[in-house]
Amino acid sequence: MKFRYRIVYIRPNGRQAAANRGRNRRRRPVDQAPGRPAPWPGTGIRVNDLGAAFATALHLVAEGDPAVLRIVGLSLRVSLAATLCAALAGLPLGALLAVTRFPGRQAIIVALNALMGLPPVVAGLLIYLALSRSGPLGGLGLLFTPAAMVIAQTLLIAPILAALSRQAMEPLWEEYAEQLRSFGAGPWRAVPTLLRDGRFALLTVLLAGFGRASAEVGAVMVVGGNIEGFTRVMTTAIALETSKGDLPLALALGGILMAIVLAVNVAAQVLRDAAARAGG
Amino acid sequence: MRAPEAALPLLAEGLGYAAGGVAILRGVTLAIEAGPPLLVIGPNGAGKSVLLRLLHGLLPPGAGRIHWAGPGPKRDAMVFQRPVMLRRTALANLEYPLALAGLPRAARRARAEAALAESGLAALAGRPARRLSGGEQQRLALARAAALAPEVLFLDEPCASLDPAATRAVEAAIAGIAARGTKIVMTTHDLAQARRLAGEVAFLHRGRLLDHAPAAAFFAGPAAPEAAAFLRGELLA
Repeated sequence: MKFRYRIVYIRPNGRQAAANRGRNRRRRPVDQAPGRPAPWPGTGIRVNDLGAAFATALHLVAEGDPAVLRIVGLSLRVSLAATLCAALAGLPLGALLAVTRFPGRQAIIVALNALMGLPPVVAGLLIYLALSRSGPLGGLGLLFTPAAMVIAQTLLIAPILAALSRQAMEPLWEEYAEQLRSFGAGPWRAVPTLLRDGRFALLTVLLAGFGRASAEVGAVMVVGGNIEGFTRVMTTAIALETSKGDLPLALALGGILMAIVLAVNVAAQVLRDAAARAGG
Repeated sequence: MRAPEAALPLLAEGLGYAAGGVAILRGVTLAIEAGPPLLVIGPNGAGKSVLLRLLHGLLPPGAGRIHWAGPGPKRDAMVFQRPVMLRRTALANLEYPLALAGLPRAARRARAEAALAESGLAALAGRPARRLSGGEQQRLALARAAALAPEVLFLDEPCASLDPAATRAVEAAIAGIAARGTKIVMTTHDLAQARRLAGEVAFLHRGRLLDHAPAAAFFAGPAAPEAAAFLRGELLA
């Protein structure tokens, strides 16, 4: 019974997709007008279409198309929130793993390293199961909301932040360990000290986590449902628009996404350089 | 600043320590009392650094025991051969252990600034500590330890990687700390430095304590033949 109810719940989204398909079908005859170049083998895309698509994409970005802005804004909000949540758990855990030695520590490190490669759709599936009507957290009604997307991305990148911050904190701890113990600082006191003094290294860790969150499509697709104007983010929009053949919007979003990823990496490099100059 | 009760004397009884099956210290019995600096000397690999780490509590003894015989709480600090500078300003480096010791913010700022001024480093207060020169870093590490007003200060080869000018500045700082009543326990492999600083000398060789005497008596005629050979500048196997 519960399962049937869930299908009713997502029907509006299904209808939306059907409507999109309809709009697409109306456009197709124009593409297939006689005298146009043959489609790219195996794609149905024509070279002229690609040129026009790029031009339209630039136009969409330049004029600040509201649909594009909404999608980009939601993407940034979801991925930033997920990075923040994952950092609150992942960074202290990583630092604690760097400063403590206990039985099972190695197993936790191996598990974290393995989880760094967790496929986003699997993270999405786990959160989907937890948040679905019949799942343990179904009563919260979070499935197919931005909150669910934040939770899924948090699950996805928290192990990455923990594993990377452990790697970043370990050489620092090697240097500090004896002096901090001489000062009488135990592991619980050493963790905030390492997080503070390793802040430049940790910022690059955060940027890596944010890059991973903003670029993944599987988790947000599964738990967000790609509902237009509500849970549609850049990656899910690109996947949908590409499959629909609406290349301008896909290209515009793809360009913005790449620009964001590039900006994140430039920022990481600048921070590393600044840290090196500061004697970091 | 100074607790009324002393934790000294510090007694080491039958101390032993081994790492990887290799004995580093064997049967070291030593009493450290308040007074002039104790210089722990001996050839490389004699176990000087390990002895200091055991006494400071950084390493657990493999055998024997360490006992602070006085009624007061243990107040000891240590400065390492390579100073460990936190990635903060010089002043923040001084404030950090004071914060750990539970001093309120205003008090630790005042104490840290006073310690910087005392060691002639006041001009460097706002500089990132890791950008200072080796000598400045070691003096900062000494000031940081001294700001804790320890009863005993362990120094592990504090001048080993410094040039003569920096060594002179660090030795002056050490003498100043000793003059203010802190017991210095310091290792060095530099005999001339030991002659300059020592009030008493402990001679370690191959993990054993072969001599412990007032500096004048030790340099006039050490009890152990190995110590005599070491003083003559012979290479000890």
